[in-house]
Amino acid sequence: MNLLFDFFPEFRDGFLGTLSITAASAVLALVLGIIMAGFRVSPIPPLRAFGTAWVTLLRNTPLTLLFLIAFFVIPQIFFPGTSPYKLAVGALGCYTSTFVCEAVRSGISTVPIGQAEAARSLGMTFFQTLRMIILPQATRTVIPPLSSIFIALTKNSAIAGAFSNTELFSVSKLLSDKGYAIGWTFLWIALCYLVITFSISGIFRIMERRMEVAR
Amino acid sequence: MSASVLYDAPGPKARIRNRVYSVIGSLAVLGLIVFVIVRLNDKGQFAPEMWDIFNYAGIRNDIVEGLLTTLKVFAVAAVLSLALGALLAVGRLSEHKAVRWVTTGFIELFRAVPLLITIYALWVLFLTYKSELGFEGTQTEFWALVIGLTVYNGSVQAEVLRAGINSVPKGQREAAYALGMRKTQVMTTVLIPQGVRAMLPTIISQLVVTLKDTSLGYVITYEELLYKAQQVAGNTVVNDDNPYIPMIIVIGCIYVALCLALSALASWIERRGRRAKSGIAVAPAEQPVAAADALDVVDQAEVAGPVGTAAKN
Repeated sequence: MNLLFDFFPEFRDGFLGTLSITAASAVLALVLGIIMAGFRVSPIPPLRAFGTAWVTLLRNTPLTLLFLIAFFVIPQIFFPGTSPYKLAVGALGCYTSTFVCEAVRSGISTVPIGQAEAARSLGMTFFQTLRMIILPQATRTVIPPLSSIFIALTKNSAIAGAFSNTELFSVSKLLSDKGYAIGWTFLWIALCYLVITFSISGIFRIMERRMEVAR
Repeated sequence: MSASVLYDAPGPKARIRNRVYSVIGSLAVLGLIVFVIVRLNDKGQFAPEMWDIFNYAGIRNDIVEGLLTTLKVFAVAAVLSLALGALLAVGRLSEHKAVRWVTTGFIELFRAVPLLITIYALWVLFLTYKSELGFEGTQTEFWALVIGLTVYNGSVQAEVLRAGINSVPKGQREAAYALGMRKTQVMTTVLIPQGVRAMLPTIISQLVVTLKDTSLGYVITYEELLYKAQQVAGNTVVNDDNPYIPMIIVIGCIYVALCLALSALASWIERRGRRAKSGIAVAPAEQPVAAADALDVVDQAEVAGPVGTAAKN
């Protein structure tokens, strides 16, 4: 009990760090994932191939390796001197986007065929069909898998702590370096993660109920 | 709904438009790749000397050693996590309330905590009691990594197995009890074999996650492939620079090849299972969500289960 109060500022910063890394990379993953899903169902073969390659490659790479790529390779190519926070968000976002992409793609396939056919017969283009007809209806089936994807993202964000970011893992490292017993630290950190993951699944459950439609 | 439902069969105009977009799309992708290569080349990352390091026996041996260490961790963790998974799954389906609660608590706790934090806590714990536990050299890191992977993946495998066991048609269990089998016999000779069969693709996909997560050993400075490679690159100086990028490219290819091989095995088994008419739906070989959570897969399995059950009943 004492540990949490003695080091409350550290715990608070770590908690907020985990929250902000998770939120930022969730947004990035959502945007990239939807774009990639669009690529994967598009009528243009090169974009389809690009989407497939993106998903296959990133999904089969360990996240730690992606972090190494982000910290060693990316600064050489694009912007030298990017902050570790942005690099971590980039790695996490790209990695998670592949899972979002697959969730969205399977959501697209649950929309009844008639909807797309009706849209086409109205003369809508592919982009219009996807944006105005298919994706809004796919949202409902995409939300439950998204919830577990974001919970997984929260847990993966711990790796960012090993790459000079302030979040809950770096707090546990700091406290054990100071010589405090790891057992209590572990329990408090676990509790922090439980708070975040429970709130994510709670928020998504509320969203699910809001969007529920009697069919 | 196949993708082609989203757009009409292209007419003459649309075909031209698609072709234009194709060209623009390929040019954009190609442009990005060329830009990356040119930038890396400017930094001298493609200089022959940088890549010459892989001709040295020492460096090659280090990479092979790292690869073997990774495979060793993966093999031990895979076997232990499957054993623990079976134990926890049976525990969760037990008729005794106390056993059920303990296993459920264990599974929920270790599934909710990030694997990295579990591994790190175990590492610090093992370092503190190193002499009492009788660890020597890198054994501390090895066991921290293996046990961390085991408790996390064991919990996930337990959920997967439980979904598999629940997907076995009810008649199987009833028939087994009617033959006078005991609880243990029903579980080991009737339910688990069929449950494993149904969930084999998912189990192997989770093994891919286990394989990927062995790279977390990097954080606790265990000399598996990733850490070893990074260390070798850090100790080698070519043209006043460390060959991090050639090294990352090479070990990236190794990791992707390993994971793709395992994933291919999973989808092969899935296709094979769908062909067999055993009445048990085989779970999809979807890789569990985000290297971490099998929740999604379990949901899918629970959807997949009743399909088989409905067909049977």
